[in-house]
Amino acid sequence: MDDDAAEAAPEAAGADDTTDTVIHTRALTKRYRGGQLAVDGLDLAVPAGSVFGFLGPNGSGKTTTIRMLMGLIEPTSGTARVLGRPMPHASRAVLPHVGALIEGPALYGFLSGRDNLLRYDAADPTADPRTRRARVAEALERVGLTAAAGKKAKAYSLGMKQRLGLAAALLQPRRLLVLDEPTNGLDPQGMREIRVLVRELAADGTTVFLSSHLLDEIEQVCTHAAVMARGRLLTQGPVADLAARARGRLVVTTPDTADAARVLKEQGIGDVVVSEDRVTGEPGDRELADLNTALVTAGVRVRGFGVERASLEDAFVALTGEGFDVAG
Amino acid sequence: MSQVDLVEAERAAVAKPSPLWTLGLFRSEFVTTLRRWRTLALLGVLAAVPILVGIAVKIETEDGSTAGQQGGGGEGPAFMAQITNNGLFLVFTALAATLPFFLPMAVGVIAGDAVAGEANAGTLRYLLVAPAGRTRLLLAKYATTVAFCLLATLVVAVSALAVGALLFPLGDLTTISGTRISLADGLVRALLIALVVAASLLGVAALGLFVSTLTNSGIAAMATTVGLLTTVQILDQIPQLHAIQPYLFSHYWLSFADLMRDPVYWDELRKNLGLQALYVAVFGSAAWARFTAKDITA
Repeated sequence: MDDDAAEAAPEAAGADDTTDTVIHTRALTKRYRGGQLAVDGLDLAVPAGSVFGFLGPNGSGKTTTIRMLMGLIEPTSGTARVLGRPMPHASRAVLPHVGALIEGPALYGFLSGRDNLLRYDAADPTADPRTRRARVAEALERVGLTAAAGKKAKAYSLGMKQRLGLAAALLQPRRLLVLDEPTNGLDPQGMREIRVLVRELAADGTTVFLSSHLLDEIEQVCTHAAVMARGRLLTQGPVADLAARARGRLVVTTPDTADAARVLKEQGIGDVVVSEDRVTGEPGDRELADLNTALVTAGVRVRGFGVERASLEDAFVALTGEGFDVAG
Repeated sequence: MSQVDLVEAERAAVAKPSPLWTLGLFRSEFVTTLRRWRTLALLGVLAAVPILVGIAVKIETEDGSTAGQQGGGGEGPAFMAQITNNGLFLVFTALAATLPFFLPMAVGVIAGDAVAGEANAGTLRYLLVAPAGRTRLLLAKYATTVAFCLLATLVVAVSALAVGALLFPLGDLTTISGTRISLADGLVRALLIALVVAASLLGVAALGLFVSTLTNSGIAAMATTVGLLTTVQILDQIPQLHAIQPYLFSHYWLSFADLMRDPVYWDELRKNLGLQALYVAVFGSAAWARFTAKDITA
């Protein structure tokens, strides 16, 4: 407890960029030996206490970035700070406070689920062996694997392996969780459980850095997001701001679609589209109340009127000008 | 609490981990290695060699003749001829029979798989973010391989002693120099020989660990190490290469027999241990340099 207070205090006090961000990179670049530029001048800032969604198509450099943050890969240039300390230099001081799931779980198939966790815990020199069994049991409980803890890991389903990987990340109280595609291989029920778990952890004050290629997953749990494509950072910020940047569409529901479309065009609405009983268009800067008045005075019977909120997917398409699943 | 107190409290909290905890990694490493089927199979094969040799000698000598001297020219491993007189010689015979190939092959498999196998399974990245620390992990891996060298040698020796005691008489024995020593003295020498044989494997262990840091395929690392082992043994047999032979890690391996002289002839034993130390220094450093700078992409 004292420990947490001591570490949180300087962060709260500092107004500086580097102290209230849990992950901070500057011009982080990785060029692999083949000459391929995997990450190109990345400036990432993950605020403390956020649930940060890290988005991008497969091959956009997300995993390379995460590996650099975790000290597994040396950057070609640029710097990365995690919990205020430089990586990979300060790995041994930083990583005990970080739980990570990187590119899926990796387990010893010939060991039981419990023994896998005991082994990973033994690898951490700051983990107290006296509390090891209790902490392992607690982590297994948290991901719902207690009943299967004695089974050999090779007999686990993909979803169970994923849960065991998560349990390994939760062996100690963490300040930062890095979860790379945590819901891969899980059924809808499992996905929901992970989302609940992530929200719980975030409520406890753990910063969660979540990479995914599933937009709705990010939208459901994340407070902040960053979008990467072809090794470059396209944007980052609060999820609400990102979605707001892609303007919503005006939607009018009416039986008089032809009249409504004519009125809207007269009012200067662009890209008017009629489909069944809906007329949609780009509202531009027009005052919505005036538009509604114009429709009603023209005798259009309006059943529904409003702007449909843009999804993160719309934001993504607006940013990249392409569908999400197109690999960079 | 003032800011300073908080910082002090944090220091105390960080300083808390006991230095002894770090040994947990070695223990975990060793236990994990022993729980692999592959390791148990290797130890099983090593335990079987003395049993086969013992039974073969027993069958061959049932008519009262001496082993290794029958049927003209068939030269068995050292000490073979003495087994029928004293079961303790089966220990020396078994070590002489397994040292050129079975023992180093087993060590090569364990050492080659040490890092590459974990990289292959992906578990390496989780050990490193735990964080095991690269130097600490490499040391734990090498310590485990060394422990396996000792264990493998002891498995051969103990199996041979058991089979020898079961099939043949035990008693005072004659050294290579012709003097008689007591059984107790003989057992001490057998233990010493086992330790020297285990130490003879340290060079291969370091070489295997270095190869293991070069690749992400456990199979490739094991095959390379065992291939190198065979190549070195062949090179050691080619007379034209006598200039380089004193630097081959296997060159002085059979010097352990000198422990059965009275007095013990230390010259080649010392050369053997020195050569192993050289291999450990060179390939241990190379493995460290490689592993601490490596991008872990598996």
